[in-house]
Amino acid sequence: MSAEGNAVSIRGVVKSFGGTRVLDDINIDFRAGEVHALVGENGAGKSSVGKIVGGYYSADDGEITVFGERIGRFSPREALLRGIAMIHQELQLVPELTVAQNVFLGLESHRAGLLVGGDLERFAVIEATCDFGLDPRAKVANLRIAERQKVEIMRAIARNARVIIMDEPTSSLTEDEAERLHQLIRRLKSNGVTVIYVSHFLDHILANCDRITVMRDGRVVRTASVEGETKQSLVDSMLGQASNIIWPSLPPAPAETVKPIAEMRKISTDTGLRDISLLVRPGEIVGLIGLVGSGRTEIGRAMFGADPIEAGSYEIDGIEQRRLNVTRAVAQGVALVPEDRRKQGLVLTQTTRPNISLATLGGLSRFGLLNRNEETDRVRAMIRHFGIVPGKVDGEVAFYSGGNQQKVLLSKWAVAKPRLLILDEPSRGVDIGARQRIHEFIVEMAAAGTGVLLISSELEEVINLSHRGYLMSEGRIFDEVSCRDLTVDAALNRIFREQSRNHDIQETTLQ
Amino acid sequence: MTDTRAILAGGRQAPRFSVASFAREYGVLVIIAALLIGLTLASDSFLTPRNLLNIVNQSAPLAIIACALTLVIIAGGFDLSTGAIFGVASVSAGWIAVNVDPVTAMIAGPLIGVALGLVNGVIITAFNVHSFLVTLATSLVYRGIAILITGGALIPVRIPEFAWLGREKVGMVNIAVIVFVVFMLVMMLLLNRTTFGRRVFAVGGNEEAAILSGIRTKLIKIATFAISGGAAGLAGVITVSRLSMASPQAGAGMELEAIAAVILGGTSIMGGAGAIWRSVSGVLLMALIGNGFNILNVNPFFKDLTTGVIIVVAVALAASKPRR
Repeated sequence: MSAEGNAVSIRGVVKSFGGTRVLDDINIDFRAGEVHALVGENGAGKSSVGKIVGGYYSADDGEITVFGERIGRFSPREALLRGIAMIHQELQLVPELTVAQNVFLGLESHRAGLLVGGDLERFAVIEATCDFGLDPRAKVANLRIAERQKVEIMRAIARNARVIIMDEPTSSLTEDEAERLHQLIRRLKSNGVTVIYVSHFLDHILANCDRITVMRDGRVVRTASVEGETKQSLVDSMLGQASNIIWPSLPPAPAETVKPIAEMRKISTDTGLRDISLLVRPGEIVGLIGLVGSGRTEIGRAMFGADPIEAGSYEIDGIEQRRLNVTRAVAQGVALVPEDRRKQGLVLTQTTRPNISLATLGGLSRFGLLNRNEETDRVRAMIRHFGIVPGKVDGEVAFYSGGNQQKVLLSKWAVAKPRLLILDEPSRGVDIGARQRIHEFIVEMAAAGTGVLLISSELEEVINLSHRGYLMSEGRIFDEVSCRDLTVDAALNRIFREQSRNHDIQETTLQ
Repeated sequence: MTDTRAILAGGRQAPRFSVASFAREYGVLVIIAALLIGLTLASDSFLTPRNLLNIVNQSAPLAIIACALTLVIIAGGFDLSTGAIFGVASVSAGWIAVNVDPVTAMIAGPLIGVALGLVNGVIITAFNVHSFLVTLATSLVYRGIAILITGGALIPVRIPEFAWLGREKVGMVNIAVIVFVVFMLVMMLLLNRTTFGRRVFAVGGNEEAAILSGIRTKLIKIATFAISGGAAGLAGVITVSRLSMASPQAGAGMELEAIAAVILGGTSIMGGAGAIWRSVSGVLLMALIGNGFNILNVNPFFKDLTTGVIIVVAVALAASKPRR
């Protein structure tokens, strides 16, 4: 294949974060004027490839060629100048400005720096291509997410982007809105624009893309034309051979007659949960199995009192929880290890010791005065227990590796001896050794009688570490399964099937 | 983005010891030491117990405010109302000392300060408004109250039972200095040895993590503002006692001096890090500069200029720290 036909090609690209290799020897050609999908499980590296092409990440090694020209230093600005625009999952707009002001941000019509009229006319030209029906004078803050996404797309078009990277563009759209997005993508394509389409939604990909690159564990499995692919063939290559991870053996599951430590009945929340019913028994590990955005994190937060419950009943230890908040949940022995350890878990201005003690200060003190000796002993014990490196009582957590930061965070709740432990992405972004230790910890806790709710984007991890699981899609639990007989393959297939079923229902009700 | 950049740079190494990092950590002490040496060489009257104690005595009210303000700033807040609270407490204590009883006045001043600080804290947490705006507004309200109490006039307080707090000495040491030292030690204990102190650091360092650890962050914030208000009240009482005069305009501008001292000491304005000794050092450094100008008989115009330049340098130094 000739190099001229490629809008962007990447060769031998390698990328690591803090010792974890997220991309390994990636070779992909994005041909001019094609819609090219990147698919893979969570963490397979598809978004990272998008960010490399968009200039947000710089590759550790390898080369990137844009329209036949090799790129040295790359940045989002440099990428834009060369006609590459990225539309993020988290949109990047100025909420207080209008639609038109956002579209032309940095490209305003001006004469010697003074703003002059004409942007509305320019907006009309772009609108003629897009046909979104957006009011150019509306404030972005008042728009729904789907509309904001349209603004982002118009912004890319205003910059004459020849390559547009869309990261999970349909994840927050209704089926109807997604279809209109796909029509636009077809129009862009007929104008010669290349679209790099990163998504979980295999139906959308099969219906709208020309070629597909399947990724797994930071590597490219294959790049192929869409014609030869089916949903099954994609799922098979996304999963590949089971990696040689040794899963710790689970303690025996508690009998069904054991009284649950926590039970939700028909819970709904403002965060998008609908009719959630689930229970966790002491000594049991329960997994939430679903894709990003299916409501897993939201269940964990609701159980911890971090988000208010709008309807339904929630019992901890058989006691109905009205007006639950985090303080009350912690007092009743509930613990949550949040998904973003730097933003939600650790106090990075503080050292190891105060971070480990943060949730259990009451037990370490008399009349508010801290017992420093007891605290030091406890922190030392945790450092040994988890093998935290560096093993300093007052180590600078901010400079620890991801795995050791995670161990500090787990220590914080291990010292609280929780009866219900909610773990949200406990092994995200940690090295293999730490991962192993974290898995052992989960099993240790269950063996000691703690009920564990496990949330992870890695289906393999949830399924192998849980006794029971709940299958989730779009804020609902649609089935309960025993994890013993469940395969990743089967789980993923069921989730995709549930998703298409919901979309079919949505479509028929819309018509 | 910042995070990924830091990771991309590959530089997530803990900083090693270097002259630069020492200067960043202990810059304020280095400057104080330099000033002490310089002023000792420049003047015979500088390094005398009398002069040194006098410097501390003069700074005691400001130092008390700065100690308490440190808690507010570590918890991620900002208090612009301490000067006005100082004013309300001054005239209230003055009025009570004259019309009721001197001892009641000494107790009432700090309590009134605590009450006004509570009001700040409750407004900030209930309406979730930035403390900068709330205390800017309440400082105007409080100053108005101070003027209303006296009708704008000064209240002379010539009562020996009241004046001892600001004027008397135990041996060589002024009672005001003893009060300040005790207050400082209590604040140090509170910040470093209690669960409350830990929570203050957590709230300022990462509020969301604090909430998700079961900490009632709003209560912690309210408490820091109450302590700050109480300190301003105590400082006001000491000053009235010292001057035998309560003025509704007392303490004007003091809130900015206190903030300057805290920043000069090296406590992070971003919250989550800092220390009481730093703020005390900041106050002493500012006092030393003033004292030096007096001793050397330099045009006092240069005093503010010098203080300002030193603050800029100190803040720039602190900002060059590696990011967490």
